[in-house]
Amino acid sequence: MPELYSLTIGEAGALLKKRELSSVELTTALLQRIRAVEDKVKAYVTVTDELALRQAAAADKRIAAGDAGPLTGIPMQLKDNLNTRGVRTTCSSRMLEQFVSPYDACVTERLAAAGAVLLGKGNMDEFAMGSSTENSAFFPTRNPWDLQRVPGGSSGGPAAAVAAGECLFSLGSDTGGSIRQPASFCGVVGLKPTYGLVSRYGLVAFASSLDQVGPLTKTVADCAVVLQAIAGHDARDSTSVARPVPGYAASLGKPIAGMRIGIPREYFQGIDPHVGQVLERAIQKLAQLGAVIDRGVSLPSTHYALAVYYILAPSEASANLARYDGAKYGFAAPDAKDMWDAMEQTRRHGFGPEVKRRILLGTYALSAGYYDAYYLKALKVRALIRQEFELVFQRYDALLTPTSPTPPFRLGEKLADPVQMYLSDVDTIPVNIAGIAGISVPAGFLEGLPVGMQLIGPAFSEPALLQIAHAYEQATGWHKLRAPVQ
Amino acid sequence: MPLSREDVLHIASLCRIGMDADDVERMRQQLSHILDQFEVLKQADTAGVSLSANPSERSSVFRDDVSRPSLSQEDVLRNAPQQQEGHLRVKAILED
Repeated sequence: MPELYSLTIGEAGALLKKRELSSVELTTALLQRIRAVEDKVKAYVTVTDELALRQAAAADKRIAAGDAGPLTGIPMQLKDNLNTRGVRTTCSSRMLEQFVSPYDACVTERLAAAGAVLLGKGNMDEFAMGSSTENSAFFPTRNPWDLQRVPGGSSGGPAAAVAAGECLFSLGSDTGGSIRQPASFCGVVGLKPTYGLVSRYGLVAFASSLDQVGPLTKTVADCAVVLQAIAGHDARDSTSVARPVPGYAASLGKPIAGMRIGIPREYFQGIDPHVGQVLERAIQKLAQLGAVIDRGVSLPSTHYALAVYYILAPSEASANLARYDGAKYGFAAPDAKDMWDAMEQTRRHGFGPEVKRRILLGTYALSAGYYDAYYLKALKVRALIRQEFELVFQRYDALLTPTSPTPPFRLGEKLADPVQMYLSDVDTIPVNIAGIAGISVPAGFLEGLPVGMQLIGPAFSEPALLQIAHAYEQATGWHKLRAPVQ
Repeated sequence: MPLSREDVLHIASLCRIGMDADDVERMRQQLSHILDQFEVLKQADTAGVSLSANPSERSSVFRDDVSRPSLSQEDVLRNAPQQQEGHLRVKAILED
């Protein structure tokens, strides 16, 4: 038998169901794995050993009673911006370093109800602002395929933990690519669901019109299982969509012959040529599987997306992060002379440089005299981008693009220039702007570094995206490779 | 578009972020560079585009106005930096 930490959800679930393995044994093996590699990878802000073993024992009872689902007894991690009652939820920020949440996020509740076991909370760029996890106020996470390189971000802890075998799956959040880009960098599967499919209740807000929670897993089948557990209407998130959730596993294994996949040319301009070669082989593989490939697709407003995002997301963030005032919860600067000084010192010392940059940027874009030129203009271009996707999806089931224009870069490489860092998300941002679905799937390697491809589909097209991604994965086998970290 | 020092100080005061002189100059340069990237939007023809603030395009959601269980006062105050007699304690708001 392979090492327990390298199992997929499907493999571990089968062993648990047959009673050849207990959740306590599995969870103990995962906690040992965390102890063995965490000094190198640094994927966790908090490890919840005792809680995990208690939940594992409870899961074993459920399994024995015949009351088990596909996630019962499966050890997982949650990104540290998902609230967990009684467990620290820090957003990798000094501002929330000591914050112990008094309530569970909707996804936390749903996974607990499914019997999943919480191993701990995943490191991230502070308040999910970043593309390398170097903006964590605590420590950077490292890429398990090459410890000198970044795991991507902002869900770098979750992606690295899955890749390093430090959990069987994790949940991230994706505002402009924060699930898909780290999935690409770490060689795992990452899905950003359609806006409204997964409840944002209890996800610490960054940019509310763009944020979505989604799975990071080793395989597409695992992704379908986790999505099944977290998708569906929740009245506590007013943007949660009330519509029936399909059975996602049903689309796996269906042939993709005749499915129409468009290759939008704008996404391939200016990318690393080696990434382009990896994607070319992926396109050919999908054609061999019978997909109808069309390279004549154009989405001309794509080159506005980065600017639209860096106006809208900071604008929303500047409002959402106004709550950190040192009065209600979180860090409070000592020795302030009055209330305004207390607030200014709290925010000066509690927030890191990127968070401050974005709050300032958003405040500027929303301020008198600039609102029309920036915020209103960005909203209008957002509508253009959405309309272009809608037109294109009349002709295609999915679009294939790079997930990120480059392979994982070195730690420190892009820290000095914020704009260079922002460009790492240029291929994922349009999906959030349009509120549609995107998945990153391992598509190959460049000198030992993973490269992902992104499949984009219209709203609520998750079944088709999973179908195509699964067919490709099964035909290539990239998902069977494990990161070398020991 | 280059920002001035005064611009940065004004924005910082609006969002209540304290800064020293070095912070102001660094932010002035970085924000100016980022704002340059937004110039591209001037090329986008948005005449006649209707607005969409929310990508799911749905109207406001209402719920019945009935009381529900919520967090206890104890739970709410547990993370408070300073509290007194069941309240948050803050610095004086009104000046003498």
